[in-house]
Amino acid sequence: MSRKRTAALVGNPNSGKSALFNALTGARQKIANYAGVTVERKAGRMTLPNGEPVELLDLPGSYSFDAASPDEAVTRDVVKGTFEGEAVPDVLVIVIDAANLEQHLVFAQEVLELGRPTVVALNMVDLAERDGLTLDPQALSESLGVPVIPTVAVRRRGINELNAAIAEAETHADEEAHRRWHLTLPERRLSAKHMAKGAILSKSTRHTIENGVDKVLLNPWLGPVILFGLLFVIFQAVFAWATPFADALEGGVGVISQGVTETMAPGLFRDFLTEGVLAGVGSVVVFLPQIVILFAFILVMEASGYMARAAFLMDRLMAGVGLSGKSFIPLLSSFACAIPGIMATRSISDPKDRLTTILIAPLMTCSARLPVYAVIIAAVIPETSVGPGVGLQGLVLFALYVAGIIGAMVVALVLRRTVTKGAASGFIMELPRYQLPRLKDLAIGLWQRAWVFLRRAGTIIFVATIALWVLLSFPKAEPGESQLDASYAGAVADTIHPVLEPVGFNREMSLALVPAIAAREVAVSALATTYAVDAEDEDVAAQGVTAKIAALWSLPTALAFLAWFVFAPQCLSTIAVARRETNGWKWPIVMLVYLFALAWIAAGATYWVALSLGL
Amino acid sequence: MTLDGFDSGRNARITGVDWASLAEAEGKRLKALGVDEGAEVAILHRGVFGTRDPIAMRLGNMTIAVRRAHARAISVEAA
Repeated sequence: MSRKRTAALVGNPNSGKSALFNALTGARQKIANYAGVTVERKAGRMTLPNGEPVELLDLPGSYSFDAASPDEAVTRDVVKGTFEGEAVPDVLVIVIDAANLEQHLVFAQEVLELGRPTVVALNMVDLAERDGLTLDPQALSESLGVPVIPTVAVRRRGINELNAAIAEAETHADEEAHRRWHLTLPERRLSAKHMAKGAILSKSTRHTIENGVDKVLLNPWLGPVILFGLLFVIFQAVFAWATPFADALEGGVGVISQGVTETMAPGLFRDFLTEGVLAGVGSVVVFLPQIVILFAFILVMEASGYMARAAFLMDRLMAGVGLSGKSFIPLLSSFACAIPGIMATRSISDPKDRLTTILIAPLMTCSARLPVYAVIIAAVIPETSVGPGVGLQGLVLFALYVAGIIGAMVVALVLRRTVTKGAASGFIMELPRYQLPRLKDLAIGLWQRAWVFLRRAGTIIFVATIALWVLLSFPKAEPGESQLDASYAGAVADTIHPVLEPVGFNREMSLALVPAIAAREVAVSALATTYAVDAEDEDVAAQGVTAKIAALWSLPTALAFLAWFVFAPQCLSTIAVARRETNGWKWPIVMLVYLFALAWIAAGATYWVALSLGL
Repeated sequence: MTLDGFDSGRNARITGVDWASLAEAEGKRLKALGVDEGAEVAILHRGVFGTRDPIAMRLGNMTIAVRRAHARAISVEAA
């Protein structure tokens, strides 16, 4: 029986490992988690020159086997063969940045000491040439005792040679291994210096572009202005460009739903398909355009090297609440949706920082809150102007965003002093060299992230929507009675209503909150159902609801409802993703409890203050 | 003198690092990046908002961001 052969890419962060992985495997990649930890496992299939398939693993970037983060521990354990459930790779491919030989050779030696069949990819030789370095791969190969293949992953240079070397490596074991000494870190560093010196043929004193560009982008005054300008463009793009695509997707699901309604006989199964399955799918795909646009920006920022600079610029601000610049990216993503935001916290090496960031991510105003805000604001806030070009409605919307951000900062401060207490988090980060991102790498990255989102959010929302559909559809209403009232969901609403009454909620609002547990924006359609607004189209329904709310809700009640949605964790997918990313129910439950408590307090405070002001 | 108080742009040689004052993972990370006695560094950029924190320093061919608290644990002399 022949076992499928495996190889793994190992190397420092910023060695161009992922681009090399893409070049070797194409789009045939599988993303999952390593068993028991939330470290991403990227595997793909490459084909050796003789046609034999090999499973290639892209191990997390690592500086040393003396792991300083969970990803580094995974790399160490897989390479050493001590990771349970992972076969030790047959061939190791060490990826080295040609322009950063001296540093990358330190970890390379540590890997070579294992004595496994190994090939070295001397990557990004073109960037080294740009910096005025001429290298001698042969000399490096001699001093390392393993084949060294110069590559430019992004231009597929040296890929076939590397492929052949991988095929070759396995056939002969490393005879050097028995002669290899186990060095200490300073010894390795010294020998890396010598090896790098021996491999560099010439070095012109051309200036690298980094310093010049950073003088502008990291300028204490100009840097933040450029960053906030960029963020403004991203926000515009996420909310403006995505709308037509989202509308088209929604329309598409609507057409299918209508088709099903027309072709199938009325009955429970048809309702299940249209109101359960299709409505569930629709509520997920509608966010896809926003998420794809946001990811496109994030990927370009990451691939170009700017993201690390953004973290650098934001670090001071984040340090104020006990976090670091690394939390900035996940929190930024959470403005579109907390799910990709929470998944992005994997880049935070400090576990307590990461946990704090996961716990506050839902406080960033995600796009699912917008439909709720829009309907309520339109209904109760007059369309008056409070200044040139500043409308009261827009101001209230802005205030809701700010309330979320301030809430998150305060919660982070409190968490860092209580449940996630520990040493002040540090910020140590390599600022990678600037690079022009490659379209193909961006496309692969975008496809993978969109797919992961669809799969995770899709399955969860799908199950949740069906469960809710059951709760809302049974038992069947008597003629003349509202289905929502008669259903199990109605009974749940009756149970929670006494808790919500003191903060100004009427019974219809309590009722709407039950289905909105799946996803916030469902609150609007639930209110439409409760107020028996008969309209197929969501926009028409929203208009109907707006009129009803304007007539039936007092201003304090409506404001309390808005305040509730700033904090309330009404999104099953977020809870499920938090459970997955924290490996247990403890933290999602903490999240649920503190967010509901905050929501209740915020709604109550808003209601009581508004009442006492005589609004 | 510590790296934090050293002039921007001038080359410095590390004479010692107060590892005990750093969190374990941070010390490991700095060591792995090459921060150690004898290494040459230079501050390239200082951060925003009055406190000028964090700082970006050159170490070999890399640019590394650290907090000023880390820079205060690194003793240097002019190189």
